[in-house]
Amino acid sequence: MSNGTLIVGGSQAGLQVAVSLRQLGDTSPIALVGEEHHPPYQRPPLSKEFLAGEAELDSLAFRTPDFYADSEIDLVRGERVTEVSLSSSGPPGSGVARTAGGRELPFDRLALTVGAGARRLPVPGADLGGICYLREYNDAADLRTQLATATNVVVVGGGFIGLEVASAARALGRSVTVVEAAERLMARSVGSVVSEFYRQAHLRRGIGVRLSSAVSGFQGERGRVTGVELSDGTQLPADLVLVGVGVLPRTELAEQLGLVCDQGIVVDAHARTSDPWVVAAGDCTVQPHPITGQGRVRIESVQNAVAQAQVAAATLLGRLDNVTSVPWFWSYQGDLRLQIAGLASGYDTQVVRGDPDDEQFSVLYYRHDRLLAIDAVNRPADYMAVRKALGQGANIAPDRAADPTLPLRSLVGGPSPAVPAVQRAKA
Amino acid sequence: MGTLSKVIYIDSAGREYAVDATVGDTVMATAVRNGVPGIVAECGGNCSCATCHVWVSEEFAPVVGPPNDMEEDLLDMGVSDRRSTSRLSCQIRITEALDGLTVEIPPEQP
Repeated sequence: MSNGTLIVGGSQAGLQVAVSLRQLGDTSPIALVGEEHHPPYQRPPLSKEFLAGEAELDSLAFRTPDFYADSEIDLVRGERVTEVSLSSSGPPGSGVARTAGGRELPFDRLALTVGAGARRLPVPGADLGGICYLREYNDAADLRTQLATATNVVVVGGGFIGLEVASAARALGRSVTVVEAAERLMARSVGSVVSEFYRQAHLRRGIGVRLSSAVSGFQGERGRVTGVELSDGTQLPADLVLVGVGVLPRTELAEQLGLVCDQGIVVDAHARTSDPWVVAAGDCTVQPHPITGQGRVRIESVQNAVAQAQVAAATLLGRLDNVTSVPWFWSYQGDLRLQIAGLASGYDTQVVRGDPDDEQFSVLYYRHDRLLAIDAVNRPADYMAVRKALGQGANIAPDRAADPTLPLRSLVGGPSPAVPAVQRAKA
Repeated sequence: MGTLSKVIYIDSAGREYAVDATVGDTVMATAVRNGVPGIVAECGGNCSCATCHVWVSEEFAPVVGPPNDMEEDLLDMGVSDRRSTSRLSCQIRITEALDGLTVEIPPEQP
């Protein structure tokens, strides 16, 4: 009897692998095993609508319980896979996984969709109560409970998660300070014009922002945090701290299998790991740039999890699809809706459309006059136009893009100048 | 749970999916949770991806109403076959007045 596919990780990518396998006509067994007790759910709202009390776990579930039964997807919850090995004698790609609870899960095919964990801050006092991370539902539920009674909130890390939580906390009337080690906000995700805009916009909303500030430790009393100490000696009072300083891809299982890892599980454009019988998708992977095919990038996004999982499912069924997909991201921080399409890494020119002071503008990024990406703030039409252009391999002439009265969609046209070699890109 | 309302989805092959929906949920979320194919909804209902495009049936179009401003921008740029009854289903909240709502799912989402 067939053991079918084992998908490790009850994530957005994991669910998508299962769904895509069924949609592609696979009738063999599928087991989707996840460490959490909750059926797979959307994570992005955890730092936004959920904290604001506008979403609950039920409304975040991707599928009804009936869906799993009807689709014959065996959803294994509350089980952490701790060991996995491939068979040396059986068919290639087959093997067995074991969970912490002692369960054995034999498989013919393996997909790793294990995601990433929040990076911890290794400083004195990091274990005090009131210091929170945000990755999973349980983290968000805990954070929301603590936010209800907090007075002084310090957010360590001025990336998407940190700023979304800061916005939610401020909307609840808390005193909020964001501490960022880099010299600007969201440095890994947006250009400097957008970073500076967000600094000012958050200041206008009453959020304190400290850049180029490293946390050296936490103070506490009776096991609970009371303050944050910065490396310049500044002490910030805090009864609640959210640490959002990036993630570490979960590579332990891949390493057990001897798969090549480099700050993530290395996969090719078909989601194949260094063992071509094993696929991986989502935040746990690093992959060639999805548009240029060059370099190695880690893309932490819903879009990537879904696109890569679809490719992975096809690969498992022996279909090597050549798919290019345009990466896109969003971060809603209160009423500031940031939408990003493309990857700006390696840009040499930027074009600003509109006035940041209006809180409605976008920045387009170019390399050798070829459009790479956009950061759009409260300008969804610009974002969609660029997403579409990139998807079609079309360009938008930079000189005309600067005129905010010309709709970008009217400027989409013509193939891009030749694709320059992209250096090793960073997501 | 809130009261139930029926939503009927028709895919590009003409297959019908009649789903019990909860008043207050969106037409997108109801489809996705019940595994109705063709509504992708990558962004989870944030009006950011335009992958939950539907054509609302003529009889319900006036009840459902026109797209909002942000949705307008996405429909304008983001979908392949925009019609007068096009909506993003994440922006349609189910009410009692929409019991029996019928929407068509385009053959492709961006």
